[in-house]
Amino acid sequence: MVQMAAPLLRLRGISKRFGAVQALTRVDLDIRAGEVVALVGDNGAGKSTLVKVIAGVGAADEGVIEWQGRAVHIKKPHQAQDLGIATVYQDLALCDNLDVVANVFLGREISKVGVLDEVEMERRTRTLLGTLSIRLPSLRAPVASLSGGQRQTVAIARSLLGDPSVVLLDEPTASLAVKQTIEVLDIIERLRERGLGVLLISHNMGDIKAVADQVTVLRLGRNNGVFDVRTTSQEQIISSITGTTEHAVSQRKSEAEEDELWQ
Amino acid sequence: MAVRGTSKNRRAPTGADGEKSTARRPRPADLAQGCRTFLEDVRNRLSAGELGAVPVVLGLVVIWIIFQALNGAFLSPRNLSNLSLDIVGTGLIAVGIVFVLLIAELDLSVGSVSGLAAAVFAVLSVRNGMPEWLALLIAVLTGAAIGAVHGFFVARVGVPSFVVTLAGLLAWNGLMLYVLGASGTVNLDDQGLVATLTSYYFSHAAAAYGLAAVGSIVFFLASYQEARRRKTAGVPSRPLREIAVRTALLAVIAFAAAAVLNQFQGLPLALLIFLLIIVCLDFALRRTPYGRQVFSLGGGIEAARRAGINVVWVRISVFMVSGTMAAIGGLFLASRITSASQTSGSGNLLLNAIAAAVIGGTSLYGGRGRTWSALLGILVIQSIASGMALLGIQAAVQFMITGGVLLAAVVLDSLTRRSQRARGRA
Repeated sequence: MVQMAAPLLRLRGISKRFGAVQALTRVDLDIRAGEVVALVGDNGAGKSTLVKVIAGVGAADEGVIEWQGRAVHIKKPHQAQDLGIATVYQDLALCDNLDVVANVFLGREISKVGVLDEVEMERRTRTLLGTLSIRLPSLRAPVASLSGGQRQTVAIARSLLGDPSVVLLDEPTASLAVKQTIEVLDIIERLRERGLGVLLISHNMGDIKAVADQVTVLRLGRNNGVFDVRTTSQEQIISSITGTTEHAVSQRKSEAEEDELWQ
Repeated sequence: MAVRGTSKNRRAPTGADGEKSTARRPRPADLAQGCRTFLEDVRNRLSAGELGAVPVVLGLVVIWIIFQALNGAFLSPRNLSNLSLDIVGTGLIAVGIVFVLLIAELDLSVGSVSGLAAAVFAVLSVRNGMPEWLALLIAVLTGAAIGAVHGFFVARVGVPSFVVTLAGLLAWNGLMLYVLGASGTVNLDDQGLVATLTSYYFSHAAAAYGLAAVGSIVFFLASYQEARRRKTAGVPSRPLREIAVRTALLAVIAFAAAAVLNQFQGLPLALLIFLLIIVCLDFALRRTPYGRQVFSLGGGIEAARRAGINVVWVRISVFMVSGTMAAIGGLFLASRITSASQTSGSGNLLLNAIAAAVIGGTSLYGGRGRTWSALLGILVIQSIASGMALLGIQAAVQFMITGGVLLAAVVLDSLTRRSQRARGRA
């Protein structure tokens, strides 16, 4: 594993159970500033559950979440937001009938004596989109008229409004055409350049190879390896996802932890 | 006012020349250019499926031309003045319907609630001798409370609004009959507060012209101020000549209306109240955080919830607005006939109110609409009713025509939605 600066967000031993189903078992995850971590795994591997744990939508049953080195409890979405964790969900959380500015500021409108300050919101939206080099036909058209890629960029821009340190992206390129995927990947790179930690959930090996620094593999709710993208082949990652080879390091590690528990 | 653009539909200026000219006064050549940008704006919006108020205004013009051709009395000051009074009661109820439609719900109880409010007022003030202002307040609060009950069942319990308000339609009508008691009809005081609502005219010509002038000036200053602020902030602003054209259009309509009203008895108090309520609620919907929340619910309730909006409270509040507006509308309807009776709020009042909102351009699918659509829609419906009455055509034909107009409006709404979807996928 690559050793760099202390992680912004560190998850240790996260477990979560839905009734009889053990969704996550002692999962570890590190996200560092200026680093894109890809979270991959087959359907039902627990990726979305893990995102929900971090985003405060569904708290973990066991485990420790450390934020900048100190243990925190994230039980509610706003607690995650207050820490500086922004989430962009897979099904775009945009209101189709509202324009770009209204969507970016939805729920966080700027108002003066009870009246919306549209000018200020539009100015800040422009600045925000400008820093990400996002180009949109009109900020005042309903987002329903934008393409899928443009809508995704609006959703990402929206998540940056609270000046977060970590951004969780749940399958941002699913159902996007090639050109639109490139737009979104460009933005992910810009997030990294700005020093944000990015957790990218994706099924697409091409995307991961293109922008991720590290890949964390989940399999059946357990860690199944952490890889450095530059030095790992696509086949290795895929076989780790499908479980055709058990990953020795994680296997040994989880056994060691089990021993600790018994002692 | 009908064709006034919204901030949502504002486009970026067409070119650099659009921004430079803002410093100059509008000259005739500028005005012509302004007309062109305005028409271009309209055309772009038409092709984008953002029809706004254009179809209903065109429809209204056609209806007026046809009836005027068939009967010269239709556009007479007396008929138009009466028309401006007849639209108020149902129009106010339709304003409440606009709110409910914006969050993609439906309120079928507004007719019964309006009747109940009238009955509550009549019984309290006439039979129990309560001061009129207090009885009026209680009647309006009754409407708000009923709306809160509907909202609770819709937002908190999760019953479809269609069913909740259908139950309300029956229950509140029953309560009205119970409140009125055996005699059934209560006559209001001819000189009383509520009767005055629809019988008082500002007979001095200055009142109507003054309102037209104030409206135009306020509209111009507000648009100008906004354009200046946008320019200073470096975001696209509307060129001055376009503002001038819009203001001119508004002024022409307002002064024409004032001139017509002054030829009869002057500015009706009821019309003034109706317009004020529309303007205030339009401001609340488009310029306040609360209004933004209402729109967001119509555009995606899950997105609104994730944005931290208190979805339950906003939905309840919208039904309270609807109940309140139904009660106020009911009082104006009672004022028009100076009585509350067992037939108050019955008949096709409910359907006319919903039809007015939809014909005026408020979408049945939620998230798109303005309070002005209540005014435009009810103008269409009452114009048809008034014209038919002048021609001596029976109600049966009137219903069929109004039904046809409503169908046309809904078809237009669906097509708009479809074209927007198609563009969204593009």
